[in-house]
Amino acid sequence: MTLMSYRQAIHDTLRAEMLRDENVMLMGEEIGVFEGSYKITAGLLAEFGEKRVRDTPIAEEGFTGAAIGAAMLGLRPVVELMTINFSLIAIDQIVNHAAKIYGMFGGQAKVPMVIRTPGGGGQQLGATHSQNIELYYAFVPGLKVVAPSTPADAKALMLAAIRDDDPVLFLENLALYNTKGEVPDHDEPAVIGKAKVTREGSHLTLIGYSRMAYVAKKIADQLADTDGLDIEVIDLCSLRPLDRATIVESVKKTSCAVVVEDDWLTYGIGAEVAATISDGAFDYLDAPVRRVAMAEVPMPYAKSLETAAIPSEDDVIKAIYETLNAVGFRRSKTGPHD
Amino acid sequence: MIDITMPRLSDTMEEGTIATWHKQVGDTVKVGDILCEIESDKATMEYEAYDAGTLAEIVVPAGQLVAIGTLIARLDNGKDSPTKPKAAAAAPVTAAPVAEAAPAPLPTSSAPAVTDAQSGVVASPLVRRLARERNLDLSGVQGSGPGGRIIRADLDKALPTHITEPARGAAMPMASGPLVDEKRGSQEIPFTSVRRVIARRLGESARSIPHFYVTASADAEALVTLRGQLNDRLAELGRTKVSINDLLVRACALALREHPLVNASFVSDNSATMLVHGRVNVGIAVASPNGLVVPVVTDADVKSVEEIGVEAKDLVKQASTKGLSIDQMSGGTFTISNLGMFGVEEFTAIINPPEGAILAVGGTKKEAVVVNDEIQIRHVMRYTLSADHRIIDGALAAQFLQTLGRLIENPVSLIL
Repeated sequence: MTLMSYRQAIHDTLRAEMLRDENVMLMGEEIGVFEGSYKITAGLLAEFGEKRVRDTPIAEEGFTGAAIGAAMLGLRPVVELMTINFSLIAIDQIVNHAAKIYGMFGGQAKVPMVIRTPGGGGQQLGATHSQNIELYYAFVPGLKVVAPSTPADAKALMLAAIRDDDPVLFLENLALYNTKGEVPDHDEPAVIGKAKVTREGSHLTLIGYSRMAYVAKKIADQLADTDGLDIEVIDLCSLRPLDRATIVESVKKTSCAVVVEDDWLTYGIGAEVAATISDGAFDYLDAPVRRVAMAEVPMPYAKSLETAAIPSEDDVIKAIYETLNAVGFRRSKTGPHD
Repeated sequence: MIDITMPRLSDTMEEGTIATWHKQVGDTVKVGDILCEIESDKATMEYEAYDAGTLAEIVVPAGQLVAIGTLIARLDNGKDSPTKPKAAAAAPVTAAPVAEAAPAPLPTSSAPAVTDAQSGVVASPLVRRLARERNLDLSGVQGSGPGGRIIRADLDKALPTHITEPARGAAMPMASGPLVDEKRGSQEIPFTSVRRVIARRLGESARSIPHFYVTASADAEALVTLRGQLNDRLAELGRTKVSINDLLVRACALALREHPLVNASFVSDNSATMLVHGRVNVGIAVASPNGLVVPVVTDADVKSVEEIGVEAKDLVKQASTKGLSIDQMSGGTFTISNLGMFGVEEFTAIINPPEGAILAVGGTKKEAVVVNDEIQIRHVMRYTLSADHRIIDGALAAQFLQTLGRLIENPVSLIL
């Protein structure tokens, strides 16, 4: 195990995969000479050369399409879209080509590519640069969408994404890049489509992915210390395929759930999770599933408004307590605050 | 329009019968007017109006048994109310056909599910599933979730006392049918509220409490003599006489004070504690016209035998005229059941939950007894303590009976 940042874990995994398989190559804006807007590709141009680390024009549709073609012909391109907001320029390539070529043409060509892209608001980047629109891709059959929340998962999921024969959207998060964690030294890819129970508990199931999975774990640990709560936390890890079994299993145990997400509430990932619970664990629910999500506004630029729009830890804690109250839960008498 | 529903008049009440309507449709109702009398599991009580208006509709006629929360009448207060789901007036609890085939997973034939669906019981899906699986009636359960939703915690609280298993479970003989003899006829007698509660509570007690029984006898010669002397004096003074049972209530109260762990209750399987009661409230099992009732002599350990006698006589009289209030039957910590007057020698009783023990007392009669190696004719009393083994061990029960025997054989301490 090695302690490293989320950023470092992605960097090291890309490098290791390039060393392992010469078909792995990188494409994106400013990833070479400038070493990437978020320095994920630092040093890779120097090490692997222009053929395998390609700086592209500011034309997401073009280079995403080029990567799809390269993948069809046997390479394993890893495309960096500077933020998920810019994927909107490439959405036709992603949704209508990458996702559909294998199925539409009778399996003649696979598209084994990875689209790396960070989401995340809270950086005062304004409404067009602060969106979390992974849902648009999680919606589409033919794509896989993974969203690691820890350095270890970033490594394992990146290994899995590069080695997968389907196009995988790999969701990173600006707020997670500097978070640190132990990363296994071995070369074990994750199973795409498998969620993780990052904390076992019996009182309530708290579900999130990406940054919110990190926040959920933190809050659950904190409430265990301060309030004696025993919250189970699920990190979805993968939005498509969605690991419905793990969600249902947990709610069958706890009888109540709160879903937290960094995107908008309406039609969101949380809605899909809530529907999954309703389908699979209806007869085990003691309270309605609660969702905590972003305010339904284009992200404001003003810092105070931006902060207000993003789901806060207090919002999550409030939803947890409202749900626990709804199932008649009384605070433990053993907590240090009592 | 105001909906008037069957109220919960005691903490064990699940359903009630309208005994009589004091107001008729069209009558003007003032706040505090008596609308009707309701017979609960324990008593008949007057139901006063909380709102003024005109009685617009009587939904549940006199004589009908319905679950608490069921709409029984509507009061027109001159204001329109938003349409509420019309409630389970159509689902009187007793109306379910008794000879229905046994397993009833579908709501159609099971009384609780009908109530559930029709009276708009609000319950979480989890609670509904548990109710379905265990064949529980949710109509008597108070919901503590948002909007009165019945949640899992309510179920845990209510079990086992507030939730009934309908008498038509798969294993119940009623379901098999042939019990009804066609030639000589079997009569279906509707349960009274009291009978229903006896059936449920004692069934629960026998099923869930690990009873054990300790029998002893005492030489009651001195007790009988003392009672005679006491009653001669009381008669001279024109005061109420005391019975052997009154002396026994006092004796038990003193023995309980000496052995407080017998004056205790098992709380629940999940509880880390048992309850030891500070007060000594002795219940007296009384055969009322409607069945067994247990009025309680509170603080029997600090009352004189005469006080106990006056109080007990009054309670028994009220019980036989059906006039006991819920208060008079609440709070017991121990019960005495005496069948001596029927010539019974000895018997065992079922614990009256949540109490920890009950004393079953046989008759006091003359026997040939060996005293100082001589056969003498003495009054002997036999009694059996049933105890909850979860909180009371055999040795404790035996010690309690030892103390009780000592008090009976030296009865002067009962009047000191």
